[in-house]
Amino acid sequence: MITKRIIPCLDVKDGRVVKGVNFAGLSDVSDPVELGRFYSDCGADELVFYDITASAEGRALFTDILTRVASTIFIPLTVGGGIYTVDDFDRVLKCGADKVSVNSGAIRDPALISAAAKRYGDQCVVLSVDAKRVDGQFRVFAKGGREDTGLDAIEWIRRGVQNGAGEIVLNSIDTDGVKKGFDLEMLKAVCDVVDVPVIASGGAGCIEDFVTLFQTLPKVDAGLAASIFHFGQVKIPQLKRELARQGITMRR
Amino acid sequence: MIAIVDYGVGNLFSLKSSLGALGMEAVVTADGAVIRRADKVILPGVGAFGDAAQRLERAGLGRIVKEQAGAGKPLLGICLGMQLLFEQSEEYGCHRGLGLIPGRVVSMQPVVPEGYKVPHIGWNALHFPQNRPADPLFRYIKEGECVYFVHSYYATDCQEYVIATAEYGPELTAAVRRGNVMGTQFHPEKSGAVGLKILQAFCEREVEA
Repeated sequence: MITKRIIPCLDVKDGRVVKGVNFAGLSDVSDPVELGRFYSDCGADELVFYDITASAEGRALFTDILTRVASTIFIPLTVGGGIYTVDDFDRVLKCGADKVSVNSGAIRDPALISAAAKRYGDQCVVLSVDAKRVDGQFRVFAKGGREDTGLDAIEWIRRGVQNGAGEIVLNSIDTDGVKKGFDLEMLKAVCDVVDVPVIASGGAGCIEDFVTLFQTLPKVDAGLAASIFHFGQVKIPQLKRELARQGITMRR
Repeated sequence: MIAIVDYGVGNLFSLKSSLGALGMEAVVTADGAVIRRADKVILPGVGAFGDAAQRLERAGLGRIVKEQAGAGKPLLGICLGMQLLFEQSEEYGCHRGLGLIPGRVVSMQPVVPEGYKVPHIGWNALHFPQNRPADPLFRYIKEGECVYFVHSYYATDCQEYVIATAEYGPELTAAVRRGNVMGTQFHPEKSGAVGLKILQAFCEREVEA
């Protein structure tokens, strides 16, 4: 039986881990290598490493940071931010990433998903989507949540999986930073249309939010969060113990 | 020195780094002379079986790996590298493997229950066969500890060589051993502390006379 995954997200800007509330008001938190090792040691099942400024400013990922993370931490590593071409995939995979997450790059060029999946396999391609309710619809936002693309999120995700995305990260802008729980309604809408792993992101504030997530939506494979882990509001060993106690399969 | 066979498939960065973290000297190489000089050989791999088998053959490395295994040198196949140890695979047609372990590689799609996603990706617990002692490869870990899998095909008809399984509906082959030839379907280099302990156990294995 495969375990549910707990994934801390390391948003990186200028070589430091940062996390904004609703994507604004960034504050410096920690060193990515130190934080990565800390999470790996305390039982994180995977790390997501985003260069959050890349899509807005067209900046390439700091591959030296990535290389240092990947040579000290031996759990699956997903990298995103600034991925616009198959060459960008190549660049981060060579630095030790296992999966590559595309967001704005896929919006700009939807063929990127199929090109990358063909070359590296579906399991390597993660489609990350920032979505928000607009006029009764889940709408895809680009540029780190600043630009409404007009795309319907559910349709966009369905098509992405058809084209070879092997995993979905769904970040609800509506619940991100609010800490009142994951966006169960939006997640359910996505789980209903795809059969690849779905990672829930945005809104977790306490242990109970993860319990609710996995109990309400058994099709969700993983819960992702940043600041609550970085600031110690939720401690991963404690979180995983509680989830296991509630009957959710966890890696020991 | 440990030779990591480089035949142009897969990401060898983490494998080399994890061996480095264990204090082992590891060399990523496509050079037959280096592989012959190594104390141990690791055959990695991701992607499709047919393409990988062809690349291995074309680079002249299949023959060298077989010759080294035949000489008793510890050999560890990882993921697709494990699958290549078998006689054949049915991934997109029928392809011949190295034939170091009897058995074949087939799709898991027909055997996993409805609702189980293929590929099998994620952390899953290792189970050891009940009827024999735990393999030396697992001497530093415990039954039920989790390792990281990414695969759509699995090895079958190899029962007597199976040293670990993982439950995904049925119990799927997770690791095999025939003498000095070992294979893990999972990625020890991505399985955290548990994975490092498995690599450590492999590194400590001596050449068999």
